[in-house]
Amino acid sequence: METVKDNSFFYRRLHSLLGIIPLGLFILEHFFTNSFAIHGATVFNEKIDFFATLPYLIVIELVFIFIPLLIHGIYGLYIVYTGQANQLQYGYYRNWMYLIQRVTGVILLFYIGWHVWTTRLSALLYGKEVSFEMMHKMLASPLVFWWMVVGVVCVAFHFANGIWSFSIVWGITIGPKAQKRMGYITMGLFVILAIVGVKALLAF
Amino acid sequence: MAEKTVRLKIKRQLNADSSPFWEEFEIPYGPSMNVISCLVAIQENPVTRSGKKTTAVAWECSCLEEVCGACTMIINGKVRQACSALVDNIDQPIVLEPMTKFPVVRDLVVDRQRMFDNLKKVQAWVPVDGSFDMGPGPKLKESERAVHYELSKCMTCGCCLEVCPQFEKDNDFMGAQIISQVRLFNFHPTGAALKEDRLHSVMGKGGVAECGNAQNCVEACPKEIPLTTSIAEVGRQVTLQVMKDWFLK
Repeated sequence: METVKDNSFFYRRLHSLLGIIPLGLFILEHFFTNSFAIHGATVFNEKIDFFATLPYLIVIELVFIFIPLLIHGIYGLYIVYTGQANQLQYGYYRNWMYLIQRVTGVILLFYIGWHVWTTRLSALLYGKEVSFEMMHKMLASPLVFWWMVVGVVCVAFHFANGIWSFSIVWGITIGPKAQKRMGYITMGLFVILAIVGVKALLAF
Repeated sequence: MAEKTVRLKIKRQLNADSSPFWEEFEIPYGPSMNVISCLVAIQENPVTRSGKKTTAVAWECSCLEEVCGACTMIINGKVRQACSALVDNIDQPIVLEPMTKFPVVRDLVVDRQRMFDNLKKVQAWVPVDGSFDMGPGPKLKESERAVHYELSKCMTCGCCLEVCPQFEKDNDFMGAQIISQVRLFNFHPTGAALKEDRLHSVMGKGGVAECGNAQNCVEACPKEIPLTTSIAEVGRQVTLQVMKDWFLK
């Protein structure tokens, strides 16, 4: 008997890898850069200028952010579609994490779409200036502020819990003890990232 | 004093294509009853609780000591073996349903052929057939034998697949049962001869990559097989196999 050869294995592993490299690394950089807002408008705007004047910026953005995001997002949505939630019948901790990973993923698809449009694409297309002042004005609306808090908390969870499953998928954490330890580490990372992200939002 | 009874609510289905319906039964209580003995009592006197004569409820069982997996069904919302479900330990009415991830044949009987087909796909055996005597196989270390034993306890009952959010009636995912058997036979000194073939099988459609890491399988396994360890281990073997395929070939 032959198993059907197809590319689902490749796409699934690609999806897993892209979530960490480059997307996870980008999240760390992004949260860190945003945190410069704590030191006020001048410092933050300097950092923004640094990134805005990077050589080959469009290529870097396309190859390391935009295309991986699209692949991870679209294939992720397909993965959500292949599953069938059963938490009410089998309410184990990991089963809930499985569901939350998918729910945050779908929320992030909307959130990142909105975020990329408002703070990058509209700037690129209509020449709107991205700066501390612009973020300050945007976040003055409570609706936008809380929407961004939701986005930041979701991305912190999705990335942290994603590291946990990445470690299993690629065969790094094998035994239950190792997986549990990684569970504590990644949930610690979730809390830290969420705090760092929300603090940056509050600074604007 | 009224005689003590056991109440059951059973999801029935007369054949593979008909729609399911519920029937309630009330049977005399006896000491140390299990769900199987309840079903035997219904078979002897197939009358519903309201006194209507009906057909006997169909089910499967064989070993009656939780090592064959044949009597696996959903009891009070959780998948398990009917033989080890003791009436004294579970709530009444006892609600019995057939497994939902396999096609129903009749009442509580399901067709679990898919699991056996998948065992063939991944060649879950030790290849020793030949035209001459190959002599005794290599000896196992005690520590390895202990792991082998845990993995070989799998009775193909399907609990791990029933609770898996990625295993559906109409998809190709093989699930924890198969992945754990791949680990078992890849780990066997003689079985390892087919290791690459097995890994390529689980790198195909329905393979290990489709696991969503909800880890319900390891919670549900009645034999307490370390299924999630097997999934991660096969994940590691597959990662290394990809490296081999990409850089050594």
